[in-house]
Amino acid sequence: MSFPILSSILLAPVLGVLIILFIPEKEDKIIKIVAAIATGITVLLSLYAFVNYDQSVGGIQFVEQIPWIDELGVVYALGVDGISLPLVLLTAIVIFTGVFASWDMEKRAKEFFVFLLALVAGVFGVFLTTDLFFFYLFFEVAVIPMYILIGVWGSTNKEYAAMKLTLYLLVGSAFALIAVIGVYLYTGLNTFDIQTLTQYTYDVGFQKFAFFLLMIGFGFLVPMWPLHTWSPDGHVAAPTAVSMLHAGVLMKLGGYGLVRVGIFLFPEGAKFWAPLIAVLCIVNVVYGAMVAMAQKDLKFVIGYSSVSHMGYVLLGIAALNTLSINGAVAQMFAHGIMTALFFALVGNVYNKAHTRMIADFGGLAHQMPRVATGFVIAGLASLGLPGLVNFVAEFSIFVGAFRVYQVLAILAISGIVITAVYVLRVVQKVFFGPRNPRWDELQDAKGIELVPIVILCGVLIFLGFFPSFLMELINNGVDPFVQEYLSTLKIGGMF
Amino acid sequence: MIESIGLNYIWLVPLAPLVAFILITFLFKRFKMLSALTAIFSMVISFWLSLDIVKTILTDHSITMNSPLEKAVPWLNMNGLFIEMGALIDPLTAGMLFVVTFISLLVMVYSVGYMHGDPGFSRFFSYLALFVFSMLGLVIANNYFQMFVFWELVGLSSYLLIGFYFYKDSAAQANKKAFITNRVADFGFMIGIIILYLYFGTFNFAELAKGISSSSDLAFLTLAGILVFIGPIGKSGQFPLHVWLPDAMEGPTPVSALIHAATMVAAGVYLLARGFILFASSTTAMTVVAYLGGWTALFAATIAITQRDFKRILAFSTLSQLGYMVMAIGVGSLTAGMFHLTTHAFFKALMFLCAGSVIHALHKQDIFEMGGVFKEMKITGTCMVIGGLAIAGIPPFAGFWSKDEILLVAKENGYTLLYVLAAVTAFLTAFYMFRLIFLAFFGEKRSDYHAHESPWTMTVPLMILAVFSIFGGFIGAPFVEHGFASYVYFGEPHHPKPDIMLMGSSTLIALAGIFLAWLVYIKKAISAEKIANQFAPIYKFLYNKWYIDELYQWFFDKIVLGLSALLNWCDRYIVDGIAHSIAWMTRTIGAKGRYVHTGSLQTYGLVIFAAVVVIVLFLAGPVVGGVQ
Repeated sequence: MSFPILSSILLAPVLGVLIILFIPEKEDKIIKIVAAIATGITVLLSLYAFVNYDQSVGGIQFVEQIPWIDELGVVYALGVDGISLPLVLLTAIVIFTGVFASWDMEKRAKEFFVFLLALVAGVFGVFLTTDLFFFYLFFEVAVIPMYILIGVWGSTNKEYAAMKLTLYLLVGSAFALIAVIGVYLYTGLNTFDIQTLTQYTYDVGFQKFAFFLLMIGFGFLVPMWPLHTWSPDGHVAAPTAVSMLHAGVLMKLGGYGLVRVGIFLFPEGAKFWAPLIAVLCIVNVVYGAMVAMAQKDLKFVIGYSSVSHMGYVLLGIAALNTLSINGAVAQMFAHGIMTALFFALVGNVYNKAHTRMIADFGGLAHQMPRVATGFVIAGLASLGLPGLVNFVAEFSIFVGAFRVYQVLAILAISGIVITAVYVLRVVQKVFFGPRNPRWDELQDAKGIELVPIVILCGVLIFLGFFPSFLMELINNGVDPFVQEYLSTLKIGGMF
Repeated sequence: MIESIGLNYIWLVPLAPLVAFILITFLFKRFKMLSALTAIFSMVISFWLSLDIVKTILTDHSITMNSPLEKAVPWLNMNGLFIEMGALIDPLTAGMLFVVTFISLLVMVYSVGYMHGDPGFSRFFSYLALFVFSMLGLVIANNYFQMFVFWELVGLSSYLLIGFYFYKDSAAQANKKAFITNRVADFGFMIGIIILYLYFGTFNFAELAKGISSSSDLAFLTLAGILVFIGPIGKSGQFPLHVWLPDAMEGPTPVSALIHAATMVAAGVYLLARGFILFASSTTAMTVVAYLGGWTALFAATIAITQRDFKRILAFSTLSQLGYMVMAIGVGSLTAGMFHLTTHAFFKALMFLCAGSVIHALHKQDIFEMGGVFKEMKITGTCMVIGGLAIAGIPPFAGFWSKDEILLVAKENGYTLLYVLAAVTAFLTAFYMFRLIFLAFFGEKRSDYHAHESPWTMTVPLMILAVFSIFGGFIGAPFVEHGFASYVYFGEPHHPKPDIMLMGSSTLIALAGIFLAWLVYIKKAISAEKIANQFAPIYKFLYNKWYIDELYQWFFDKIVLGLSALLNWCDRYIVDGIAHSIAWMTRTIGAKGRYVHTGSLQTYGLVIFAAVVVIVLFLAGPVVGGVQ
């Protein structure tokens, strides 16, 4: 057996946790360095996997399998394909930069990084595993630390937000659990292997039933309107690194689950429910953007912008063709990077200014030109400017969705206008205008604070100019499934 | 295969300024002169290569509009979306490359003088280089997708440069307005190219042309044509999305000259020329294009006659001239539209740079506070007069030939109403332009200012542009054999017969406009104030730009922000309210339900058994049958 890359990705943060547990509380510098190294390893390993994934072979690669519970057919099985690999890389980048964004965390730093790394191990697990049992298990592992991280280290109404988030996510996972158990019992194959379960042919009635449960369950997570209100509250309350991880990665678990388990296991069910998702996701896109426009707190703006942008992911999923699902996966990646950048920047400003109210600011580009530059780049990514990877993802979704839902696609495209309005308003009100002497004491981002800004901006721009690195890998993962399970369904419209 | 350095290294044309942008941003920012020189040097490379391309096309006749040279590399390949980045080289591209690189080079040299001492000196040159990269990428595009990508990137550079003085509230407002207005247009443009792609399976101009010429689905072509045209409505400031361009004058004046007069705003016209076959395939689409252009030309001119700000007058004049170009395309002459684009680039860049020279010296923009500037700034003044004569359409200046050709094709193709509109616009143009010149440069000094001629870095570009504004029109003048029309055309070259009557009458119209301006502002035989007072409502209406900005502002403040606030309320109190009431119900049931905890094992067992039965039925139900 070759070097277990995927297990190493999964275990690096766990190992980090174990080491940190033995470091005295006072040594918070060392704790942070350990966290940075542990997450740095995940970045390098996922990059290695990203580069060495063999597209000419395709399918699940870097497979590792260890039987776990024989009676139930549970196997500790890891493997990645073109769909999960970008999301693994995303998780690694976001947590690595997130550690640097929390460099000035002083309050109970030890426990903070322990929970943060535990959380990220859970997220890695969800993307890495090919076993439905572990998929669910890791998912739960990711939710609980979130509660503590927000409840203890958060701000603005943190107890309420933490409780709300946890309840919503647990309710969602309960729906998903019913579906998981249902599939296991229905097939009677005594296996949780997602590949095997995908090849099984389900009765149409069961597909509709199971997909509905998954749609609601993962819908909580994405979040799909009207199940979304936990997410802006959660984003706002969470400390910077947790916001980054939460909006950047955790929401993607829902989209990933919908694709990997929802669509691929139950194509007929997906076809049946897709129009509902398509309608609701347009509400996400347009309503989310309109509500974002009304916000006064910077983090709420970004929170609602996530609701809006995740609507595009759902639209890509609902259109059920290769291009649209490619776009959905790419949008998860792109949005993850972009929103992590946003939260890193806002966190930076909040740490120094102790306010996030838009009205308090103005002309901040005088004191913080680098933060302003980063924010403008994130904003441009958000409004889908070509040259940044989000554009490619959104464009793929638009073209893919237009084949199926013309009117809804046009409404979705109108989102690019509304997004431009609220993003540029924030940029103008916070960063442009005359110098405000109140903020003369603020230091621009420098040294270690620049790490997340530079890395995240770099990823957005690099993949914006060379999207084929990302998109062709995703296409490689999505296309075979779509050809096999979806193309026979005759989903289509005028083109 | 044609041997030409320009054609072989066509990629360098856009990439040279991109490299300059990267170098300045990451390395040279601290060294002002080095930044400027890097940008200028990259422009010299692009300009030289473009010249070589033009030369190749003029000497070697194998590259024509109907047999272009195309190079492309795949950029993205997925199932359902294939995208290339490429270069399409034909006389249309070559002409545009020349215009863009030539004006950019002059403006950069000029900016060394104009921006001297500005703390953002290096940043300015890096943005300029970014702009030129985007613009050249747009010009060489061989497909709609690439066009759209660079279309948005020029929008970005425009945003950055309008907001260059970001510390001014007005600049921060203006760049936001510019971007959002263009976004509205790009929304239509994007849908247009998406439906074209889905219908024909390609973004490539040449392949689309084949598909379109063999398609008979008129309704679709009309729809696609109009959607794509929405893009130029935004970028080229056509009514009703023109509102951003006058505000864009908040940017530094060299930017106004380069981006918001000579090149970027003309990108819309260039797109219409590039995708001409799409519009030409539908009479309805063409009619829309033609009338919207003609209307914009007149509309903007009516506003220009009342404005007081030097740069804003020029901005409205740009809108009006862009209207001419769009109209030319709409009435069916790609040649006339592109010809006017070229000459306009010369004389409008000239006039903006003159404006910059004056503003640089006086630190004033209101023409009513100037007067007599000519005495102190002879070079600038002379150049401005040359520009004025060119735009007014006095022979043999550049604008005369191109404007005349537009009038000619409008008449020839039977658009009498548009012909009349264009003639009225020509009169207004001559009037407002000489109103500006007389008020600013002649007459008595109306405020206390100290003027001095600008440094050579600024005056040399002015003089070069002045030469082009005088002689530039000869490339397309009717008496020139193998002129502009022999190279840039659609289908077959078309040489309209010179119409002496038309030439004579349009010259008279222009002279009449200038004469009226002279009567009012020099001779003072007619009092402008009296007229303004007599027709106060009309004057106010025009001065306030037909209140269109106010209308949009109202729509945004009341409708958009109102809806936004309403939805925000819904989210807090209805969507979340329902969630809260469910939570409350759960709590209440829990509070009551704890009495169920009897502690009796038998009861628990019974409940568990019942629950299991229900769950099994629930899960098994659909399997056994039932739900379909």
